[in-house]
Amino acid sequence: MDRRFLAIYWRDMLRYVRFRTLLLSSLVQPALWLAFFGIAMSSSFDAIGTQVPSGPGIPQVGYLTFMCAGVISMTTLFTSLFGGMSLLFDKNWGLLREVMAAPMPRSNIVLGMGLSGITKSCIQAGIILAFGLLLGVRFFDGYSPLRLAMAVGGIFAFVSVFALGFVFLSSAIAISMESPEGMQGIMTLLTMPIFFASNALYPVEAFPEALRLLSMANPLSHMVTGIRYFAIGPEFSAIGRTFVCSSTDLLVSFGALCLFSTLTFLFALHRVRVARVT
Amino acid sequence: MPEDMIRVEGLSHRFDDLVAVDDVSFHVRPGEVFSFLGPNGAGKSTVINVLTTLLPLQEGRVVIAGFDLRTEPDRVRSAIGIVFQEVTLDRDMTVTETLLFHGRLYGLPRDEVRERAEELVRLVELETKRDVLVKHLSGGMKRRLEIARGLMTRPAVLFLDEPTIGLDPQTRARMWDYLRDVNRDGTTIFLTTHYMDEADGLSDRIAIIDRGRIIAEDTPLDLKNALGRDLVYLETTDNGRARAVLEADPAVTGVREKGPAGLLVTVSEDGTRVVPRLLDALRESGVVIDGLNIKKPSMDDVFIHHTGRALRDEGAESFAAAVGRRR
Repeated sequence: MDRRFLAIYWRDMLRYVRFRTLLLSSLVQPALWLAFFGIAMSSSFDAIGTQVPSGPGIPQVGYLTFMCAGVISMTTLFTSLFGGMSLLFDKNWGLLREVMAAPMPRSNIVLGMGLSGITKSCIQAGIILAFGLLLGVRFFDGYSPLRLAMAVGGIFAFVSVFALGFVFLSSAIAISMESPEGMQGIMTLLTMPIFFASNALYPVEAFPEALRLLSMANPLSHMVTGIRYFAIGPEFSAIGRTFVCSSTDLLVSFGALCLFSTLTFLFALHRVRVARVT
Repeated sequence: MPEDMIRVEGLSHRFDDLVAVDDVSFHVRPGEVFSFLGPNGAGKSTVINVLTTLLPLQEGRVVIAGFDLRTEPDRVRSAIGIVFQEVTLDRDMTVTETLLFHGRLYGLPRDEVRERAEELVRLVELETKRDVLVKHLSGGMKRRLEIARGLMTRPAVLFLDEPTIGLDPQTRARMWDYLRDVNRDGTTIFLTTHYMDEADGLSDRIAIIDRGRIIAEDTPLDLKNALGRDLVYLETTDNGRARAVLEADPAVTGVREKGPAGLLVTVSEDGTRVVPRLLDALRESGVVIDGLNIKKPSMDDVFIHHTGRALRDEGAESFAAAVGRRR
């Protein structure tokens, strides 16, 4: 088997740990989201939510717990969307020429970037989970050790597939762009609708029809659904509504993410294959 | 070992409607140092980019180390090492990491990568810089590291695109020493340069390339000998009359203007013996000599002879600017 994508992976991780400030800020930033946005919002939302009683046997969770899945998803989205950026820098000022001249299938470049995206995202997700639990996020409430292990595994599986999809997308864009400024612009343009047209911070049922359809096609919504299923449970109530996610729903969401990352993989592969760096 | 390390036949390359390389053919023998000499924008980088697979082969046939570039590009890639014109190092990797990354990229076995990296660090004398980040290296050190990187896979041919561009004279001289060492160890070297002294001092054979075509190809000595034995530079009070007198002498093979007030005379015999005779003839016809110089032809003169302009001519520069942007 061709394992040269590990060279690409090794080098990208090398950069990840080398830039200490960047590393630190990428770990602290999501925690700050939880601490400030989460706590501020939950203190107002929970005042409304608790007035509506949940049905018998359905666990009720606070807003902080509800939005924690959103923060994990958002962080993975940001990290992954900027994950391909190094290709652009390498293309303009660095190693990409060396890489392109190597007798190696171009798919290795895409796979290496993907693997490094998974690693970074899983590290971040782990940190947010831990920090969230400290802050009072009620994830894994009353889980047996076995169920806990499966839940954490499930979350990481969702984070990984989701991260792959956006790292591939980001790599495809990066290798086609000329300037980091342009790339920055596209990324900013993308993150806004992806993040807000989703169920990360609020339920989508009350959305206008068009926005609701958009959010259902949004990979971020599927990601959030998956995390909530594993971390809170198939059925729970929050902010005055009941959320139900059957195992079929879960599989549909996972399938959607797999499809998304397959498509972006093919896109990235194509862009890397036609790319000329001289 | 193949008879020719590099064989190029009828190579052409165009960018949109600009012909950057026009029907170029040449061959490089194993163990040779072969130079492409020409002004910026002459098409040197395009040729090297096609040969190293960074640009597609549009027209022509290229065989490197016995592998056809069109049908076996990956085997060509495995057989060559490249030092690019611009620095292509990651500023935030160390010297050792840079070499290890390259070895892994080419799928070399782990132990071999370490061993080879250590060997090359010593070859280019960067032992004390092993764990230093690239951004803290000097320009010359970066170039040496790039040469070491190009040699990681023990290539049969090392391609270098303008290897000493932007380096100070001492560093350039040292670079040439490294390249001679590498060549002595059996690596064939193909380099492009716009420095006359570099091509002259380093190469076994030179191809002079201008506007996408090879206009002369030979050993440095024969290229210079073809111009005649010596060059005589004269400044006189009446260059027009002087020219007529000079051209009447059987030893004079060419006279042309040089600079605002000078004449450059090519002679086919030893200049020190011809000049007294020429001076007598000039004096007899009433031409007064203001200045005189005798020299052996340089690669610079060879270039001017073949292209009609110096390497730093305005024309060459603006042509370079037009091509350089789309290289």
